[in-house]
Amino acid sequence: MNEKDGEKELEILKILEENARISDTEIAELVGMEENEVEEIISELKRKGIIRGYKAVINREKAGIEIVQALIDVKVSPERNTGYDAIAERISRFPEVRSVRLVSGEYDLSVLVSGKTMHEVAYFVAEKIAPLEQVRNTVTHFLLKTYKENGEVFGEEEKGKRLAVTL
Amino acid sequence: MSRMSERVAEKVRQIKGSGIREFFDIAQRMEGAISLGVGEPDFVTPWSIREAGIFSLEKGYTSYTSNWGLLELREALSDVIYKESGVYYEPEGEILITTGVSEAFDLVIRAIVNPGDEVILHEPSYVSYKPCTAFAGGTSVCVDTGVEDEFKLRADKLEETITERTKAIILSYPNNPTGATLSRKDLEAIADVVNEHDLLVISDEIYGKLTYEGTHVCFSSLNGMQDRTILLNGFSKAYAMTGWRLGYAAGNKEIIEAMMKIHQYVMMCAPITAQMAAIEALKCDEEVERMVSEYNRRRRLIVKGLRDIGLSCFEPKGAFYAFPSIQITGLTSAEFAKRLLMEEKVVVIPGSVFGACGEGSIRCAYAVSQYELKEALERIERFLERGRVV
Repeated sequence: MNEKDGEKELEILKILEENARISDTEIAELVGMEENEVEEIISELKRKGIIRGYKAVINREKAGIEIVQALIDVKVSPERNTGYDAIAERISRFPEVRSVRLVSGEYDLSVLVSGKTMHEVAYFVAEKIAPLEQVRNTVTHFLLKTYKENGEVFGEEEKGKRLAVTL
Repeated sequence: MSRMSERVAEKVRQIKGSGIREFFDIAQRMEGAISLGVGEPDFVTPWSIREAGIFSLEKGYTSYTSNWGLLELREALSDVIYKESGVYYEPEGEILITTGVSEAFDLVIRAIVNPGDEVILHEPSYVSYKPCTAFAGGTSVCVDTGVEDEFKLRADKLEETITERTKAIILSYPNNPTGATLSRKDLEAIADVVNEHDLLVISDEIYGKLTYEGTHVCFSSLNGMQDRTILLNGFSKAYAMTGWRLGYAAGNKEIIEAMMKIHQYVMMCAPITAQMAAIEALKCDEEVERMVSEYNRRRRLIVKGLRDIGLSCFEPKGAFYAFPSIQITGLTSAEFAKRLLMEEKVVVIPGSVFGACGEGSIRCAYAVSQYELKEALERIERFLERGRVV
């Protein structure tokens, strides 16, 4: 792949990161390419596992969807050969777990867990995460309110109005 | 008592009121209109810049600054200009912080023009240059640029207009309203003429960072041009800070000193909140890049869109304007703009506003969301279709 293709790829990724629902035709116009080229690049990006999915950012509070989420700080003992990967992957497999990240600082993994009730989430942590052999300690933070997610601010933003004509 | 209008100074009276002011008034008030008539970013100033302004207020920075502007800002600017174009300006004496490029332009014209002096200006161009020159008692001499030359100021045409009274030339690239830019080669040809005829150059580079093809070349970075050039730039366009009113001039000490003389009496200093915010702005390269790449996407969208609906459109290389020809409609640009507004509620600016040679084109600003751009294009298409039937 030459440098120019690499640039186009990155440009397409940036556009999709901002708006995953944009059509190939529209992307083609924005980057100045043919539609079939865009199609090809995107399917290649999917094939390579660079694009992992397209999901809506939802303000659940507004939608009246009641779910309980918690960020779990997990301290683990890394294993010989696999380090943190094996335990992180193991935790990742639970469908209740929405994201798993290795972080610096006092704890090692930051795990986002989702459930219907506080009890369910607490129970999941106590039953499934804490007892794992490599897990030394957990701290659970229940999420109370989301102000911004994935770059989207949830409050209504007031924007100054421009004049219709300025030269 | 004589009529009040007769008491208005001669110089001011001679500036013709814009013939399309009425059109602008209608456009400003039209509900539900999509405006491609806006000469400013649709982005809000990046948060870190706004935050710096707020913080300065909280800390109680509400006083005047040095007439020159905050030294910290001038030092930061000096570094940035040097880093970007290799030209070094002394923070003390060679940089003056102004209330937007508008003020800086007025200052430089007043600082150098004697009554009867000629200032050469390429057209189509931004609307302030001519009146400001007239207010200062100077005469504007216009050089037309056309789409056949990609709206570039040609060195040979420039040379033809030079007389004994020529004091300076104004360079305004990337250009409002055409989006044209000049390459290093184009600029060098102009520099040769400037040298040959011992002229000054006022280079308004406010859209410099909004360059999509090639890189912007600062005129003062050309061989021998630093001393002849008064570089004007500011924060409005690249940092989405139009309402903060902050710009600067950089150039030869004696010229800047002359500008400073006027500035200290008419403006005292640029607002301190804006200056404090601007120090932060100079650290916001990434935000600028993000906005520039979004403009670039919209640029492709609008150029292709205009061409697809049958208008021939020069491909702009900078700023955020497209300048398509509407000659196929047989309408004047003012008629076109007015009818488009009344019939389809889309605001565009008649090219004639930017000089007689802008007739036959319209300025479409693409500093609007992709959604609005597409909607505007659809409406223009409908308007054109109807014209064909009639």
